[in-house]
Amino acid sequence: MAIDTLYQEIQTEIAKYPDRRSAILAALRLAQTKYRWLSPEAFEEVARCIDLPVAQCQAVASFYDMYFLAPVGRHVVEVCTNVSCCLVGAPDVVAAFERELGCALGETSTDGAVTLRAVECLGGCGWAPVVSVDHRYLEHFQPGDAAQVVADLRAAPAEEH
Amino acid sequence: MQGPTYAAPRPDAILLDFEGERQDIAVYETAGGYAMARSQAGRPFEEIVQELKDSGLRGRGGAGFPTGLKVSFIGKGSRYLVVNADESEPGTFKDRELMLRNPHALVEGCVILCNAIGAGAAYIYIRGEYATEALVLDAAVAQARQRGYVGATLPGAPGAVEVYVHRGAGAYICGEETALLSSLNGERGQPTAKPPFPAVSGAWASPTLLNNVETVATVPFILAMGCKTYSELRTEQTTGTRLMSLSGNVARPGNYELPVTATFGDLIDGCGGGVPAGRSLKCFIPGGSSAPILMPDQLDVQIAVETCAAAGTMAGSGAVIVIDDRTCMVQLALRVADFYRHESCGKCTPCREGTRWMVELLKKVESGQAQRAEIDLLLELCDRMEGKCLCPLGDACAMPVRSYLQHFRAEFDAHVEQGGCPGGAASPFGALYPELKRSLPLVPA
Repeated sequence: MAIDTLYQEIQTEIAKYPDRRSAILAALRLAQTKYRWLSPEAFEEVARCIDLPVAQCQAVASFYDMYFLAPVGRHVVEVCTNVSCCLVGAPDVVAAFERELGCALGETSTDGAVTLRAVECLGGCGWAPVVSVDHRYLEHFQPGDAAQVVADLRAAPAEEH
Repeated sequence: MQGPTYAAPRPDAILLDFEGERQDIAVYETAGGYAMARSQAGRPFEEIVQELKDSGLRGRGGAGFPTGLKVSFIGKGSRYLVVNADESEPGTFKDRELMLRNPHALVEGCVILCNAIGAGAAYIYIRGEYATEALVLDAAVAQARQRGYVGATLPGAPGAVEVYVHRGAGAYICGEETALLSSLNGERGQPTAKPPFPAVSGAWASPTLLNNVETVATVPFILAMGCKTYSELRTEQTTGTRLMSLSGNVARPGNYELPVTATFGDLIDGCGGGVPAGRSLKCFIPGGSSAPILMPDQLDVQIAVETCAAAGTMAGSGAVIVIDDRTCMVQLALRVADFYRHESCGKCTPCREGTRWMVELLKKVESGQAQRAEIDLLLELCDRMEGKCLCPLGDACAMPVRSYLQHFRAEFDAHVEQGGCPGGAASPFGALYPELKRSLPLVPA
């Protein structure tokens, strides 16, 4: 049963720490992997698995950038727009993705395939501009690369993010 | 589009003195790896502390605190080692390459330090975005377990050492040590007041040694070569090598491991090939985006902690961002300030309100709607933030903006006089601003 799988995965994380509370980031990540975003029902399930209040789970999740508190597309494309990436053309990469996807930053393409986000420094500055696709980094990204990436994502099934 | 490219090793390199990567433990062991984990396992705490003190090693995360002294502060009781792998200061990507190419150096450093302080476990807090790097570390720990370095008691060691990889979830502030511990303890990643210091009450309220990836990974090499040899590479107050992350408008960006005696000119022009042809150097950020800028006539400043301080800036995380003549400094200030606004945890007032007002004032200046007095107001805002916040994030927002104003006040004034950005179209940040304008309402004039 799927619920038991998530429960077991969370127990494995809890075992790493002196206090189960420390497994909360991992528990939220695992729930997001399963449900793609953290719905009210997902929070209920995480809270049950880790035996903490739902409010505590929501308070922690809302602090961090990587948890989705609203539905997202099957894939997530994140363009770094911090200093080093901007210096070598990140705004043009953003524009290329907006054109290919027909949606703006923070939005999901109408076919539900891709959510486009701008993110802060990803730690790839020496190989800028950097784009993260479902948490895989694509370095030295050029605006002309966006079309192929979007075509591949539209054809690909959903992945962990 | 291609993967990361790595610079060739430098003659003085210690941490990355090889081509390619050493993810395979057999390769690392053949190169002498884990010899120190074995031979130092039974060495008394005081001796290891003295070795580290004599080596002159200073923390490579940003603050530059003497490592031996930090280790000596650890309190009594059940202890933990926590490694700060939450590398998030804009411009910094050195720990990432180190973890990808030499993960066992970090694992070995964890084993040595845990045995030295009698800790049963090390937690590597790695930023959530580094998913690949977390898997590489997980694999390295599994290999070290198979070989008996992790999860078993080495001959002479006080006990078995466990190494866990703890993944963050996207929050710059978790690189600050008390925020990192809040996050590791399962709370929102907000800083706490010091004291108590982590050495007394850190992870799970226990005495905790908290060091950066590069610092911990350097420990095996210092013990192998001897603290005397290591400390021979030195300026007055800093020793050894540093991994310098070079990015921005430079011909050959990347990580370069340089002795601390090197200058920014050695890095930017010597290693990096200078700014691309046809452009000129406007200024450079020497230690991450929170550091005050240095000017082209300061390329002879050495990269060491005290030499940067003497030049009015900070060595920080070793992240050097090169900025050429096309960049509008008001747009750069806005981009940097908006990063810190986004990352402010909201706990203390000067930072929460100060970063927001910094962005709103800079937006007015950038769009040409500000009055001259509002440029002075930016400086007053810096006064009201610097040294007044719970953690260094408020300073990190104010210090760079103050330095841009100090060196490029005329550019700020020109925005007021001309009612807009004089160089906006050519500036690399220009195209970004329609996005920011959409998300950040202007302050009513």
